[in-house]
Amino acid sequence: MAIEINGKTYDTDEEGYLTDLSQWDEDVAKVLAAEEKVEMTDNHWEVINFLREYYNEFQIAPAVRVLTKAIGKKLGPDKGNNKYLYELFPYGPAKQACKIGGLPKPTGCI
Amino acid sequence: MLHIVNKSPFENTTLASCLRVVGKGGDNALLLIEDGVYAITKNSDAGKAVHAVMGGVKVYALMPDVEARGMQDRVLEGVTMVDYAGFVDLVIEHNNVQSWL
Amino acid sequence: MSEVAGDFDDEDGSGTIKKFMFVNRKAPYGTVYALEGLEVVLITAAFDQDVSMVFMDDGVYQLVKGQNTKAIAMKNFSPTYRALDGYDIEKLYVERDSLEMRGLSESDLLVPVEVLSSAEMQVLMNDQDVVIAF
Repeated sequence: MAIEINGKTYDTDEEGYLTDLSQWDEDVAKVLAAEEKVEMTDNHWEVINFLREYYNEFQIAPAVRVLTKAIGKKLGPDKGNNKYLYELFPYGPAKQACKIGGLPKPTGCI
Repeated sequence: MLHIVNKSPFENTTLASCLRVVGKGGDNALLLIEDGVYAITKNSDAGKAVHAVMGGVKVYALMPDVEARGMQDRVLEGVTMVDYAGFVDLVIEHNNVQSWL
Repeated sequence: MSEVAGDFDDEDGSGTIKKFMFVNRKAPYGTVYALEGLEVVLITAAFDQDVSMVFMDDGVYQLVKGQNTKAIAMKNFSPTYRALDGYDIEKLYVERDSLEMRGLSESDLLVPVEVLSSAEMQVLMNDQDVVIAF
């Protein structure tokens, strides 16, 4: 499967995750977000960018519990909690935000 | 604890590593299966290594695998032969099991 | 292994916590064991189990600093060992003999570990509910 934006093709797997991380850009993130019915705000971008940094450092997408804790450490307890993250990404912050961020499905995400 | 080794000691260091850990006391048993049964060959290098830990470690071998390889008359003294039901009993008797890869 | 390892959810939802030990004995890129083992560890940790990891024999090569897989077109998963701490997996044990046989020491490893003698390893293994080898 693939997404096409302005003549550029992005390959995705059967669940809609990008297959090539290096293809990711903000254009495709917006399209992926729209498919997830997520309207991107600065707060959404903050989580997406956090996730991409986490991935760059550790080469995995974190489980939601780990993501929540790590966000809490970096951005404070107001943001490092389930309520905040699920409001931004109602179908699961790790799963949805990873998809929008162009990362693979989190390990341990069942 | 029951340790299971299924690799020939002559082409793989798994048995040596297992004995290094298991031979250091504790309530341990060693079960040899598949190509692992070559380790209990009398007068072999591996047999000597197994013999050296037998004071503290109970050693078992799976008879069907021993027979399949024609080694039944060359087995080190003190090794207990088990059939498949005996294999299951050993697993049940021990608090935990490690199958060494 | 007197009980089934998949007994995670009790009826009251509190779950059963067992001591899981993962024994890693393979080098990282020649076979898929190391990577698969690491994934299983992360999944187990997501179930709030008591997880420890042992590195012995060629498994110690998984933790060597400075891995760079660019030219073999495989994923370098060594940075993931640094994420284990965030998964509350803090018990990483390395067998001393395995390190020494390979000319390595603790300072060659990319995460903090506890180096144990074979005798100490034996005691630790005996103390587990479930031991899984990779």
